Amino acid sequence: MNKHTLRNKCLKAFFIGLVLVILYLPILLLAIYSFDKTNMIGKFEGFSLTHYRALFTDSKVLGMIGNTFLLAFLAAVLSTVLGTVGAIGMFYCKKRMKAVIHGVSQIPVINAEIVTALALAVTFVLIGLKTSYFTLLIGHMVICTPFVVLSVMPKLKQMDNSLYEAALDLGASPFKAIMKVVLPQIIPGVISGFMLAVTLSLDDYIVTMYTRPAGFETISTYVYNATTKGNAHTAVTLSSFWALTTIIFVVIVLFVLISNLSGLKKRREDR
Amino acid sequence: MKLPRFSRKTLCIPYAVFLVFFVVLPMLVIFFYAFTDENLHPSFGAFIKFFSDPTKLSTIVYSLVIALITTILCLLIAYPVAYILARSKMKKKFIILMLFVLPMWINFVLRVNAIRELFNLLASLKGMGWLASANYFKTVFGMVYDFLPFMILPLYTTMLKIDNSLYEASADLGASAATTFFRVTVPLSMPGIMSGVTMVFLPSMTNYVVSDMLGNAKVTIIGKFISDYFGNDWHMGSMIALVLLVVVFLSTWLSGGFKSEENVRGTSL
Repeated sequence: MNKHTLRNKCLKAFFIGLVLVILYLPILLLAIYSFDKTNMIGKFEGFSLTHYRALFTDSKVLGMIGNTFLLAFLAAVLSTVLGTVGAIGMFYCKKRMKAVIHGVSQIPVINAEIVTALALAVTFVLIGLKTSYFTLLIGHMVICTPFVVLSVMPKLKQMDNSLYEAALDLGASPFKAIMKVVLPQIIPGVISGFMLAVTLSLDDYIVTMYTRPAGFETISTYVYNATTKGNAHTAVTLSSFWALTTIIFVVIVLFVLISNLSGLKKRREDR
Repeated sequence: MKLPRFSRKTLCIPYAVFLVFFVVLPMLVIFFYAFTDENLHPSFGAFIKFFSDPTKLSTIVYSLVIALITTILCLLIAYPVAYILARSKMKKKFIILMLFVLPMWINFVLRVNAIRELFNLLASLKGMGWLASANYFKTVFGMVYDFLPFMILPLYTTMLKIDNSLYEASADLGASAATTFFRVTVPLSMPGIMSGVTMVFLPSMTNYVVSDMLGNAKVTIIGKFISDYFGNDWHMGSMIALVLLVVVFLSTWLSGGFKSEENVRGTSL
């Protein structure tokens, strides 16, 4: 290898490494301080699992975690059902109808979240709906469902349409044909749509803020308020969320690494 | 009597109804409030007030500037990353790509919180005190940090599709590395650049979570503006939302125009 390409390689590795280090620095800091006795970043007072214990004992923390994950789960299930059924229906609609529904469905995707949130909140007031768990769910469904449609649609286009016709010819009812023939072919799209919906809902702050019932806190709303107008009390809870984040992150990293390594192994065995 | 035949098309009805009530209706409501006064009479009051108020217009302009800087920085960082990874012959480059995407699994607000804590720590070091009041720097850093994966992923996928023989052909025909880069790599990765740019530009103009948490409430971008007005003046809030809506749709339409042109060129090859 000549000197020039070696230097090139080092430069490339250095650049990638540098970006990754900056990317992981805040996360690392948060992870280290989740093991701190106190809850102030800047001085490490001693190793302790206080914040991890609070994750399982502090009812306030547990409540918020429960709220966040239950909401994400419900919103994702409802969005996936609505989006999948809607996408199948749209796929068989006439061209113009399909274009109209698809266009409207794109609005929440490209729109600024704050505009979606404000428009929904004003509409709820106008039609006399008080903010409740129902309005919150609707808000999350509005941002999640279009993404489910977007991930199911390509699978529908790839689908072999003659199979559905064959099922009908062999005496299946249209409903049965959709359940037994269409659905299995688009299931990867449905699953990725569901996952996307879960992450969108978990991450959401703005829509939650405008559609939630009074007193309802998710991790996002709490952390936002604690950061912008925090006090000593909120710092304790924040530290617990750092602990939660550390756990989730480690689990995901392990999951990705293991699934990748086992994938490599399998491929090697296949050969 | 037979029941009406089940048709596959009817499956789209629930979603269509949902969209009418919770997407179309809210947009109409925004439009309605933007062009009415307190007594709900038709009025251009908010419209005139908006376009004659220099502070409102300057907020928009400077949101655009912040978004532009964020987008350019994201592109400058993401392009080399995607290029190096896409052209690398490493077997496990997928894992490195995953490393860039993994932080997205951390709650967005918590991630911004972590950046804030990092800056607080850095600002307490000797000679780094300037960081405490560098609100714009911190806001732009936070936005680049958060939206970088949205730029890397589309770039990587389009660059992966570029046929390696094109690079070889370019080199064989005597092009220098720089010429190859600007006349082969950049034009062929244009669709990725466009979708990355839209995915970064729009949120960095409107997502006020970052600017609020990192900018010490000193950086007001257009998204924050709308939420401030929501408390006291729905008509003005709706008017700003409507302006933003127009900006967003215009920029999407423009970038969409680029994309379809790209596709036409791709099929004609």
